Amino acid sequence: MADDTAREEDHEPADTGDETAPVPIPDEVGAAIVARFPGSVFVESHGQPVVYVERAVMADVARMLRDEEQFTMLVDTVAVDHLLDGSRPEIEGVAAERFEVVVNFLSHTRNRRIRIVSEVPATDPTVPSLTPVYAGANFPERESYDLFGITFEGHPDLTRILMPDDWHGHPLRKDDAAARVPVTFKGDPSPR
Amino acid sequence: MTQDQPGRTEPNDVSSAEEARLERQTDEGAQQLKPRTREMVLAGGGMWPQDDLGDTMIINMGPQHPSTHGVLRLMMELDGEDVLQIKPVIGYLHTGMEKTGEELTYVQGTTNVTRMDYASNFANELVYSMAVERLLDVEVPERATWIRMLMCELSRMASHLLFQATNGMDMGAVSMLLYGWREREEVLRVFELVTGLRMNCNYIRPGGVAADLPDGWQQKILEVCDLVVAGVAEYDEMLSQNPIWLERTVGLGVITTEQCLDLSITGPILRSTGFAWDLRKAQPYLAYDQVEFDTIYTSNGDVYDRFRIRLYEILESVKIVRQCVEKMPDGDYRVQDKKLTPPPRARIDESMEALIHHFKLFTEGFKVPAGETYVSIESPRGEIGCYMVSDGSSKPVRMHIRGPSFYNLQSIGPMGSDSLVADAVAIVSSVDPILGEVDR
Repeated sequence: MADDTAREEDHEPADTGDETAPVPIPDEVGAAIVARFPGSVFVESHGQPVVYVERAVMADVARMLRDEEQFTMLVDTVAVDHLLDGSRPEIEGVAAERFEVVVNFLSHTRNRRIRIVSEVPATDPTVPSLTPVYAGANFPERESYDLFGITFEGHPDLTRILMPDDWHGHPLRKDDAAARVPVTFKGDPSPR
Repeated sequence: MTQDQPGRTEPNDVSSAEEARLERQTDEGAQQLKPRTREMVLAGGGMWPQDDLGDTMIINMGPQHPSTHGVLRLMMELDGEDVLQIKPVIGYLHTGMEKTGEELTYVQGTTNVTRMDYASNFANELVYSMAVERLLDVEVPERATWIRMLMCELSRMASHLLFQATNGMDMGAVSMLLYGWREREEVLRVFELVTGLRMNCNYIRPGGVAADLPDGWQQKILEVCDLVVAGVAEYDEMLSQNPIWLERTVGLGVITTEQCLDLSITGPILRSTGFAWDLRKAQPYLAYDQVEFDTIYTSNGDVYDRFRIRLYEILESVKIVRQCVEKMPDGDYRVQDKKLTPPPRARIDESMEALIHHFKLFTEGFKVPAGETYVSIESPRGEIGCYMVSDGSSKPVRMHIRGPSFYNLQSIGPMGSDSLVADAVAIVSSVDPILGEVDR
C-alpha cells in the first residue's frame, strides 16, 4: 500500500488535472469515509456505493457510520476467497489480496445502503471484529471464521458455528478439498 | 459441556442458609454437587466469580425437540423453571449449500437456493435471479416481473399460514395445525398447477420464469384467495381475542426497536416493535410500487404482536395477489435472449442453432461478467439478500445468501432471558426460523 501511495504522490505534480478530476464522489457517505480514512477508495458497483478501506480501520469506519452517518443496521458480513479467480476487476489504489471481508450497512432513517470491503492477506487473515459496534455481527463473523478461517479480533465468542467443533480446515476456502471422504478399498496398497 | 471443568458452576463461598437449603434438598444433582464444592473451596478458594450460580443447570433443548422447528439446539441455563440465559446452537442442517453454489452454473443455481428457505422458496429464487440479472445487466420483461410478484406473494401467504399452524401447535392450540395446513395446502396446489412442484419449485430463473402461467390460472388463484381470506377470519376469531391465547402470548418475549436494529433483526420481529420497515415499500423492487398494500406493524414487540403481524400480512398478500390477477400484463415470460434462456422444446427439433444453444446452456451455462453485487428483498422472514461475486466464468466465485432467520435467531438470547421454559418454546416459535436457511 505504501508503494501505491508513494507512486500516486510522484504522479501528482505531473498530471494534477487528471488526479483532481475523478475526486467528486457521487455518494456523500462514501465521500465522508474517503475524506476521514486515507487509503480508502470509493467505487460504484452496479449502482451501489462501495468503499474499499484498510482492514485496520474497519471498526472505526463502522463506528463512524453508526454514530455520525445514521447507519442503523449492519445487514450482512461476508468473506470471499479470490484464490482461483479467472479474472478479477482491478480497482485503482487497492492492493488485491486473497480474501475480502465485505460488510453491508443499511440506514433506515436515510434509506440508503453502503458496502465496506477490506482486503485480507492470506498470510495474516485477521480483521477487527465489528461486534462492539453492531452486536448483530456476532453470528456472521463466526460463520466467516468457521468457513474461511478469518480471525475477527475482539469477537466475544469466536467459535465454529456451522461446522462441527472438531472439524479440520475451513470448507469455503478454494483450496479446501470439498467433500472428500477418505475411502479405503480392500487390498489397496496405498490407502488415500 | 461444563462437567470437565470441575467446580465451574459451584460456589466457593456457600453461605449457611444456602448450605441448609442444599441439605434439605432431595434432588440428586444438588447432593452430588455438594462435596465437590467443598473440595474446590479447600483447593483454591475464592477463584470462582459466579457465587450465586451454584444451583443452575444447563439443559439442551433440541436438536431433536419437536418445538424447535427442525434442528435448532437451545442451550438453556435454568434455575428451576426459570431460564436465565439462552444460547442458540446451530449447524445441524449445514449441507454446504454455498459451497455447492460455487460448483453449479448460474443456470443450475436456482435449484440449489430454492432449498434454503423451503417454506418460502420463491424469495430465494428471486433474490438469486435478481443478483445474476444485475451482474448481467439484464431487464426482465414486464409480465415476468408481475408473475414473479404474484408467486412471491402466494409464497408469503403459504409461509405465514405455515407459521400460524406451527405457532398454534407450539402453544398447545393443536387444532390450529390442522386449520393452517388446510389453507396452505390450497396455496401449494396453485404452485403445483403453475410450476409442477409443491415445494422447491425452481420456477423463477435468471432471465424470467420457467414457464408461462397455465390456462385458467386467474380463476384458480382467486378461488384460493377467497379460501385463505375465510381461513384467516377463522383464525382471527379463534385466537386473537381468546383469553387462553392472550394469557399465553401477551407481554412475552419482548424486544425493543433498538435491540432489533443492533442485532440486525428484520421482518415481522422488527415491525412488531413499532418500526414500520418493509423493503417492498422502502426500496421497491419488481412492481411493488404499482400495487396497493399496507405495511402491518404493531408497537409492543411481544409474541402476540408477531402472531398478529403475520396474520394480517396474509391479507395484505391476498390484496397484492388480486391486483396481480387484475393487472397482469401480456408479453414474454422471460428474456428473449438466446444466450440466456433456453429455446422452446419444439424449436430444438427444427433448428440446429436452437439445439446448440440448448446444449451450451445446460452443459456450460452462460458467462457472467466479472463483478460483485448485493441484492436484497423482503422475504416473509425479513431481508433476504444475495451477495454474488463473478469472475467472468459460468460459475460464481461466491454465492452468499443472507438468510433472515440466521440473523433473527440472535434475538432469542435477549428475548428468552428471564422467561420460563414453556415460554421459551413460544418465543422460538414466534421468531419463525427456517433451519434450512439458517444452516444453509
